Amino acid sequence: MESCQFLICGRGSNGQPLITARRVGESLYPPKDFRAWANRPTWPTPRHGELPCKGAGDLCRHKSPSPDKSAGPNRAICQGLASGAGLGRQRHTAALDTAGCPADRTRDLQGRNTVELLSGADMIARFLQDEGIEYIYGYPGGAALHIYDALFRQDKVKHILVRHEQAATHAADGYARASGKPGCVLVTSGPGATNAVTGIATAYMDSIPMVVLCGQVASHLIGEDAFQETDIVGVTRPIVKHSFSIRHPSEIPEVLKKAFYLAATGRPGPVVVDIPKDMTAPTERYEYIYPKKVKMRSYNPVTRGHTGQIKKAVEMILKAKRPVFYTGGGVVTGKASEGLTDLVKQLGYPITTTLMGIGAYPQSDRQCLGWLGMHGSYESNMAMHHADLIVAIGARFDDRVTNSTSKFCPTAKIIHVDVDPSSISKTVRADVPIVGPASSVINEMISLVQGHKIAHPEALTEWWEKIDGWRADREGKLYEPSKVDEALKPQEVIEALCRVTRGEAYVTTDVGQHQMFAAQYYKFDKPNRLITSGGLGTMGFGFPAAMGIKQNYPDDDVVCVTGEGSFQMMMQELSTCKQYGVGVKIVNLNNASLGMVRQWQDLNYKSRHAHSYMESLPDFHMLIEAYGFTAITVNTLDELEPALERAFADKHELVFLDVKVDPHEHVYPMQVPLGAMRDMLLSKTERT
Amino acid sequence: MRHIISILLENEPGALSRVVGLFSQRNFNIETLNVAPTEDPSLSRLTVTTIGDDRVIEQITKHLNKLIDVVKLVDLTEGNHIERELMLVKVKALGAARDEVKRTVDIFRAQIVDVTPSLYTVQITGDAGKLDAFLQAMAPVGILEVARTGVSGIARGDKVLSL
Ligand SMILES: Cc1ncc(C[n+]2csc(CCOP(=O)(O)OP(=O)(O)O)c2C)c(N)n1
Ligand SMILES: [Mg+2]
Repeated sequence: MESCQFLICGRGSNGQPLITARRVGESLYPPKDFRAWANRPTWPTPRHGELPCKGAGDLCRHKSPSPDKSAGPNRAICQGLASGAGLGRQRHTAALDTAGCPADRTRDLQGRNTVELLSGADMIARFLQDEGIEYIYGYPGGAALHIYDALFRQDKVKHILVRHEQAATHAADGYARASGKPGCVLVTSGPGATNAVTGIATAYMDSIPMVVLCGQVASHLIGEDAFQETDIVGVTRPIVKHSFSIRHPSEIPEVLKKAFYLAATGRPGPVVVDIPKDMTAPTERYEYIYPKKVKMRSYNPVTRGHTGQIKKAVEMILKAKRPVFYTGGGVVTGKASEGLTDLVKQLGYPITTTLMGIGAYPQSDRQCLGWLGMHGSYESNMAMHHADLIVAIGARFDDRVTNSTSKFCPTAKIIHVDVDPSSISKTVRADVPIVGPASSVINEMISLVQGHKIAHPEALTEWWEKIDGWRADREGKLYEPSKVDEALKPQEVIEALCRVTRGEAYVTTDVGQHQMFAAQYYKFDKPNRLITSGGLGTMGFGFPAAMGIKQNYPDDDVVCVTGEGSFQMMMQELSTCKQYGVGVKIVNLNNASLGMVRQWQDLNYKSRHAHSYMESLPDFHMLIEAYGFTAITVNTLDELEPALERAFADKHELVFLDVKVDPHEHVYPMQVPLGAMRDMLLSKTERT
Repeated sequence: MRHIISILLENEPGALSRVVGLFSQRNFNIETLNVAPTEDPSLSRLTVTTIGDDRVIEQITKHLNKLIDVVKLVDLTEGNHIERELMLVKVKALGAARDEVKRTVDIFRAQIVDVTPSLYTVQITGDAGKLDAFLQAMAPVGILEVARTGVSGIARGDKVLSL
């Protein structure tokens, strides 16, 4: 067995012992230089559980380090030191409190490098500090307890205890959407990890950067159906950007760095890190160095688009007669809103965004047609259908946008810009594909457009006349406002909400009619303000997402627009809000039914309302008060604005508005299934 | 159309399952799959044959490339290439058929690698078409068991798939 010898060489400024590690014998793992390691003259006999596994990776399940504790090279040693040299609890605390200061790597008197030794659990806590993570959302359990203990012994990373792991993922996701930085989640093995699955899938579908740390049973138990064992890497495989299993504690800093790097770059997405309990054992310590950078030979996200293609696209853009910009979440996550606004304003062209792209271009601007697709605006869908050029940026021609692809935009050429090549020509063939990040491609387009005039200004004028005609067609006809003594219309509520919050709030939504109304009637002039589960359509998303945002933006208004169905899926988080004093506002558009389901049943099943009604709703007023929060019930239009004013009076108070709305209202426009973009129902009695 | 896609893959646990999972997740089909480490033990080479029109194949290669564990890939069918598969077959070899089997084995330039009084075990390499033809020829005699490796392939000429 290989071993290491350690010299204790004094103490650093922080009281941490400075230790020089000298390796004796040869290390099996981790091989620093893989090639050299592979080509060494004598091959070590790999014990089961050591790297590399010869053969296709999957065919052998690693169980490393093996329980006989013989696997690691710089495995230490420290069991002995722990008592002898006083690397006990206190010193840990001291070390962690000064974490992030440059003294964590010093030289001893002989000029040798000295490094800090940390347990796997402490490495995780320290890494999160070094990575600048402020909040981590999670829920403890057996396999994660070493990590929880490490978090307890430091105070830089704040752990927020949710009431259900799904909420942890949504909260981290909400934060990530609002801030553009990766969210972070910590859950235990088995049920803790499986509870997080819906949130991981939600983030995956909307390309949201997130790192989920999952506890796992100890390596030697893996595969034995141990207590709370779930192959979470297997379960989440199709809904993550990538996943890792920690196979040796010394890998932790690098694997975590890779996880955050992968989550946030290229097309962002969730990354799962599976951490067997023995990897975080407090008794074993390893060198900790924060990896400032990582390189992965098989991952090189594109940094710019192909210039020739961009030139070709710009030529087409300048020559177009009926152009439409169609932009998506990629512009928001790609932080390209400013550039996009510049470009579109310079050209004077119409723009429509997807649900995920709302706010990337200010909606109050005349050139913005609103959003498109199944419940998109009439003018957006009409303009798309009649366009001769569609400039798609960071959008993925999702089926909720295109309606039937065979009838999609019959007269248009398509330019498609996306960081993810697999998004291009997936459902609709692009004429000019451009693989690249939205921001750099847009900037290049701006510089190419500058100094050039569009070729057909008269055609553009005509095009705008047509679009303005479509706009005028629907003006004042979008919905019928409530009359005296009639139930409130949900649309009215959102319009009032927008007025009261001056269009500046972070608005999260759940899923259903209320979601569509929030997106249609709140006017967003900034990106990252409408926070909604677009791809997966996850009921229960809105409230925890709002919680995650509010904690990070305490001085902003954060409101969750929800329905009584969705809210009941995650309402246990009221308790979390109570614990941390999270002052989100909740606007419950209470139609006493699963409104969106009901709408489909009205349209397609002759109003047979199979299980779309909500019998036995709780008294939301009492429910909210049970947690010590304020609830206001709104029944009539004249109660509405005062109630909203009251709700938003104090930024730090959680207020729940239970707004009773008309259960018979439908969301319109609504595209007719299997039709073209322009085939829409416009109200219960009109269609295109 | 049938395509042969060769992939250099990180030799990591979970890597193969990501590739296989991708095919089922996205409704792509796998005809054959063959995988083994290369001269560089940190890399496996995986060869998959699949059937699809150009749009599907484009999606398959794009999605494969997106997998973090995929280092490089090539669609061998886009150029001249060599395709080989190895097959072991147990066939009945009794009475007059014993000689007949031997003759067919010679015609196909296959080899008999194991013998019992009642059967031959035959090893044959070639492209998938040749192997299919051999099985057809053997069918009347009685095929007892077939083990095929799946297609492996390499480009002709100077083109090299490496890091
Ligand atoms: C987790 C989950 N389950 C089921 C659905 C299907 N679904 C979509 S909308 C909807 C009804 C939502 O009801 P509610 O939250 O009251 O909103 P409303 O439509 O009434 O505004 C359902 C059940 C879903 N999107 N998510
Ligand atoms: Mg409802």
